[in-house]
Amino acid sequence: MKSLVLHIILCLSLLTSSISFSQTIEVCDSCSTTTLKNAIAKANPFDTISIKKGTYKEYGIKVDKPLTIIGEDYPVIDGELKGEVITVISDNVTIDGLFVINVGTSYTEDYAAIRVRKSKHFVIQNVVLEKLFFGIYIEKSSYGKLYHNKIIGDAKEEYNSGNGIQLWYSNHIEIEHNYVEHVRDGIYLEFSDDCLIKNNVSAENLRYGLHFMFSNNDIYQDNTFENNGAGVAVMFSKKIKMYNNIFKENWGTASYGMLLKEINDAEIIGNTFEENTIGINIEGSNRILYKHNNFKKNGWAVKVRGACYTNRFIENNFLYNSFDIAYNSKINDNVFDRNYWSNYTGYDLDKDGIGDVPYRPVKLFSYIVNRTPETIILLRSLFIDIIDFSEKVSPVFTPDNLLDHNPQTKKVTW
Amino acid sequence: MFKILKYSFFDLMRSRWSYVYFAFYLLLGIVLLFLNNDLSKAVITLMNVIIVLVPLIGTIFGVMYYYNSREFTELLLAQPLKRPSIFLGQYLGVALSLSMSLILGLGIPFIFYGLLKSNAIWDFSLLLITGAFLTFIFTALAFNIAMSNENKIKGFGYAILLWLFLAIIYDGLFLMTLIMFEDYPLDKVSLIGTMLNPIDLSRTLILLKLDISALLGYTGAVFKQFFGTSFGLIISFIMLILWVILPVLRILFKSKRKDF
Repeated sequence: MKSLVLHIILCLSLLTSSISFSQTIEVCDSCSTTTLKNAIAKANPFDTISIKKGTYKEYGIKVDKPLTIIGEDYPVIDGELKGEVITVISDNVTIDGLFVINVGTSYTEDYAAIRVRKSKHFVIQNVVLEKLFFGIYIEKSSYGKLYHNKIIGDAKEEYNSGNGIQLWYSNHIEIEHNYVEHVRDGIYLEFSDDCLIKNNVSAENLRYGLHFMFSNNDIYQDNTFENNGAGVAVMFSKKIKMYNNIFKENWGTASYGMLLKEINDAEIIGNTFEENTIGINIEGSNRILYKHNNFKKNGWAVKVRGACYTNRFIENNFLYNSFDIAYNSKINDNVFDRNYWSNYTGYDLDKDGIGDVPYRPVKLFSYIVNRTPETIILLRSLFIDIIDFSEKVSPVFTPDNLLDHNPQTKKVTW
Repeated sequence: MFKILKYSFFDLMRSRWSYVYFAFYLLLGIVLLFLNNDLSKAVITLMNVIIVLVPLIGTIFGVMYYYNSREFTELLLAQPLKRPSIFLGQYLGVALSLSMSLILGLGIPFIFYGLLKSNAIWDFSLLLITGAFLTFIFTALAFNIAMSNENKIKGFGYAILLWLFLAIIYDGLFLMTLIMFEDYPLDKVSLIGTMLNPIDLSRTLILLKLDISALLGYTGAVFKQFFGTSFGLIISFIMLILWVILPVLRILFKSKRKDF
């Protein structure tokens, strides 16, 4: 007990001492410090730099001390297209309320509006980035937080544009409430584990709204991915949890609500896939649980490309998709159970809410379209309905054990 | 011509068949909405019905009307009237009354269900427009068949065969061709194949609204231009209008030189 009290007193005294010693440096046109660079050079560790409203034409700003940099009324830091704007190389840095524009474009170096390199415990919040190459680039750093940032790019081509938020070899990062649009990849994670991506909006990006590579144990939830060039790609990662996200209107020949490639042991729960060309495209992904998802008005709700084993689709709603499930092989090792299929035509005589006839989600026509894509033009033709029916009665081309034995007669609610 | 149109129209309006037809659509609309509880799903089901049934009813009804009113036609021919105006009047009378039954029969339940407030209204109006087009096309085709065949049984046979061919067999042949020649670029062929069949054409028109996300999954540039822009919609409508005009022209041509 005594030691605890001592500990608390010690902590408090440390805290107060650091507050009493830290000072605030003001930056404005008429202040003694007129540039952010000078302010950083003058500052002691744990000082606060307060930047007043105005335009500051600076680039290559290095934050090498633990500082808190706060902008008042969004001061503009103009990089004049010359290079990287802010680089953080110290731990415990907070950047708050800046408006960074005109980041330089380079084909040899990834210039970012704000880069964090080999640091810990950083916070970047309320930052607005425009006219950028890379937005926020987190490199070999950990335990950071990115909150409430707004990144608006003007990317036109994939080869000369950068990503909104990029994480590279960075662990334990929290990315929340950010808004990213018109860049190459909205949010990009590579070799980054244990990150939380929550409540973000990523829209109208050239390539992917969210892009995962070799990143394990991450959670992304409550995000919205809309109208991106190719949707969301999750590749070569393990144990990812995807909860309650919305994937919307990703249209195009190589466009997916979500692309899963070499993903193992993931959980996909409570997501909504609406009006995508392909809701989820699965390739080489095993032991994934799909539960309580809504697939609505997609071209293909789920397209299984092969090498996918022991995945479970349980209690999902498949509503008005042109094709519910597409398979390109005759072998099936995945489980479909207790889903609601709007195309189900069976009956429920004992009224227990479960259809008495199993539902066969793969149609012959989806097999034909897979072989000869032009035949898509015959979608919903009477002839196609007839051959689909005959295939349903005696499956020849589609996996005959691919059945939902307990199709729900009412939409699943949770 | 308008007098004959008016006469045919009101004659049909009084006839039992129009009411049956009207009642059928009314019932269909109500049952669909009652069972589905969802407008967009009802629209999809309705599309299947319209594409198959409207042509069938149009053909049968057209042939039937032509054969039934034969005596009246002969009476009219004895009068100082232009031949094209007699036949055109009759044709328009049948087609208009059928389209009216369709539009009113389906429109009334949907409007009561709250269509005007929902966002399915454009899909639904497109459905009704294509339905009306199909009625006009297949009635015209039916008149052509009936005019070329004095024998009623033969005429009915041909009419049903025509419907069977365009609704089902054509798609089967089409699918076989596409699969057989799958090694070649087929996007143009498939689009042209669609244009040559009014049922496929109207199906595609509705697909543009309902399944656009699936249609954009195919990589062909021609497809992309056709489905991705309003180009497809415009071309489809032009083709539908052509599909009405050509059979009607043949009715006029045939009526000028037909012996009675």
